Amino acid sequence: MFRFIVRRLLQLIPTLFGLSVLLFIWLHRLPGGPETAILGERGTPETRAAIRRNLGLDEPILVQYARFLRRMIRLDLGTSTGTKRAVTTEFLERFPGTVELTVMAMVLAVGLGIPLGYLAARRRGRFLDHASVGGSLIGICIPVFFLAYVLKAIFAENLGWFPSSGRQDPTIGATRVTNFFVLDGIMTREWDAAADALWHLVLPGIALASIPLAIIVRITRASVLEVLNEDFVRTAEAKGLTERTVRRRHVLRNAMLPVATSIGLQTGLLLSGAVLTETVFAFSGIGAFVAESISQRDYPVLMGFIMIIAVVYVLVNLLVDLSYSVIDPRVRVR
Amino acid sequence: MALLEVDDLSVTFARRGQRTVHAVDGVSFSVDAGEVVGLVGESGCGKSVTSLAIMGLLPKQPGLRVGGKAVFDGTDLIQLDDRSRRDIRGRDVAMIFQDPLSSLNPVIPIGLQVTEVLARHRGMKGEAAAKEAADLLDRVGIPDPRRRLKEYPHQLSGGMRQRALIAMAVACQPRLLIADEPTTALDVTIQAQILELLKDLVRDSGTALVMITHDLGVVAGMCDTINVLYAGRVVETATRRPLFRQPRHPYTEGLLASVPRLDAGRGERLNPIPGSVRDLLPWPDGCAFAPRCARRVDDCVGEPPELVIAHDGRGYRCVNPVPVPGLTPGADVAATVPTVAEPGAVPAQAEPADPPAVPGFGPAAREEETPHE
Repeated sequence: MFRFIVRRLLQLIPTLFGLSVLLFIWLHRLPGGPETAILGERGTPETRAAIRRNLGLDEPILVQYARFLRRMIRLDLGTSTGTKRAVTTEFLERFPGTVELTVMAMVLAVGLGIPLGYLAARRRGRFLDHASVGGSLIGICIPVFFLAYVLKAIFAENLGWFPSSGRQDPTIGATRVTNFFVLDGIMTREWDAAADALWHLVLPGIALASIPLAIIVRITRASVLEVLNEDFVRTAEAKGLTERTVRRRHVLRNAMLPVATSIGLQTGLLLSGAVLTETVFAFSGIGAFVAESISQRDYPVLMGFIMIIAVVYVLVNLLVDLSYSVIDPRVRVR
Repeated sequence: MALLEVDDLSVTFARRGQRTVHAVDGVSFSVDAGEVVGLVGESGCGKSVTSLAIMGLLPKQPGLRVGGKAVFDGTDLIQLDDRSRRDIRGRDVAMIFQDPLSSLNPVIPIGLQVTEVLARHRGMKGEAAAKEAADLLDRVGIPDPRRRLKEYPHQLSGGMRQRALIAMAVACQPRLLIADEPTTALDVTIQAQILELLKDLVRDSGTALVMITHDLGVVAGMCDTINVLYAGRVVETATRRPLFRQPRHPYTEGLLASVPRLDAGRGERLNPIPGSVRDLLPWPDGCAFAPRCARRVDDCVGEPPELVIAHDGRGYRCVNPVPVPGLTPGADVAATVPTVAEPGAVPAQAEPADPPAVPGFGPAAREEETPHE
């Protein structure tokens, strides 16, 4: 098990190396550059050249790449050309927000999706089945930003049940430790701060959960239906086991395999794709920041972001593989 | 009174826009304690559906109707509610299935799959259950049972898996064991071992055994009484020796004749029953076997053949049975029971769409497996 984890983590090195080469070439072949974003239409060729020299963009690409690699080894992602702050600092400040949001959304999606999908399968062809299958179709079809706006308009602005923007009420004056606001509140025992941060997560969490929830409902339903027809479920019934034991021990556990894969993929997607939700709720996560960096041609931020997402994907898939080996002895790793 | 008394059992699947399918159509037989009773017939004749109906394991679906009785020790299993049925299943009546790999849960260790029966019906837990489970595995001939308890089905060989399934079935010393083609998925040497094991278990514990098979070799080696099924009905009932020595129903005769013989000459051809199992007559219109029967006479068509009970206790459903040498035809008839058949019903095999033997449980077993095709 331990060797498996180490091996998978070591695989990260060639993956990141290849990715960085590709990204470097690709970003530097793009037309325009940070100087265009900074100067706009007004810049003269001289000022443009000065900025490029300043940022080190006039040097040969190999030299630039070597410098990039040297920084990477020290875990230094460079300085943002937009905010003039270290990319690592920016990320440490903003990524926790997105992670919190993603965790919230996945907790909702998994917590609701698996029971709903399971019940739909048990009551196949009845009302609950049609309702959840139909509902999940709607969930997939509604654009996330639209759902986010609707939720915000109804539950935040009209009813006032939830805050409409931000990650936490600044007047609380919470202490910062990790920038994971909920975690910070728990660690410093500032319970009101933790609760407030959690409260801010509800609406964006629901908006972001809509698509993964729909997918998990459908995959769980299909998977349970398949397992219910398996011979070993009939064997379990023939043993006279209670319905509860048959369901939990024999049906659900076998039905979880495809669901685990899907949860991993969805988590990766949410981490990199929460931009729209974050924008609607003025939630200072990584999404909005990266979207801004694209228009600014902020190369260090983009490079750093894509590299981090790659690491996250590898880690999430590692977790999925580990959960597989917990669920299914046939793929158990040694 | 016998231990299990199956009386006029019928299983029908009604589907919208199609004719009702009679998978089992008035099957009656009985099993005494310590007796081995065979249900023999080709795929789709209703033998598996019969066993699943007795166990209450037919998948619940709209249009499914189970009629008749299956009285086990005074209790009609067909009428029983779900909870009482779960109490009886695995404790008093247990079942062994055809494919040991798919019949075992792949993600749970063998040990838990044995101990869960012990916990459910005998209230055993922890070390006591583990010890009993190891004893059970030992009794069915699994070496090193303590280690095997921790292993998963994919780590066992086919024969070991079937032994494990048998261990689970006999864990509560059931009084009736139903084995649905228990050796079909195993290779020949293992088949013999498993049959030996079943024989030993029956002999040692006095358990009654219902053996469902299409393999006449299994029948000859195991069964005391044999019921031959065709198109959802029992067409002949007899004890082993008379059945093999002197079959009366032409279908039984055909089955026996179609078994390849080692002492036959090289150039000699096999003797299949002509036609296919789908060439049949719905029972209300006459004998279902008539279209394939070599002994067909005009009386076969028109109304279903009566059940003839002979003086020696055997029964057959045929108007022109295979004659016994030295006996005037008809002289041995003790009684006849008229057959009731619901008009418009079709046996399962007559369905053009080739429905699964049990809807929801996948397609019927392949017909190439039957011995006479």
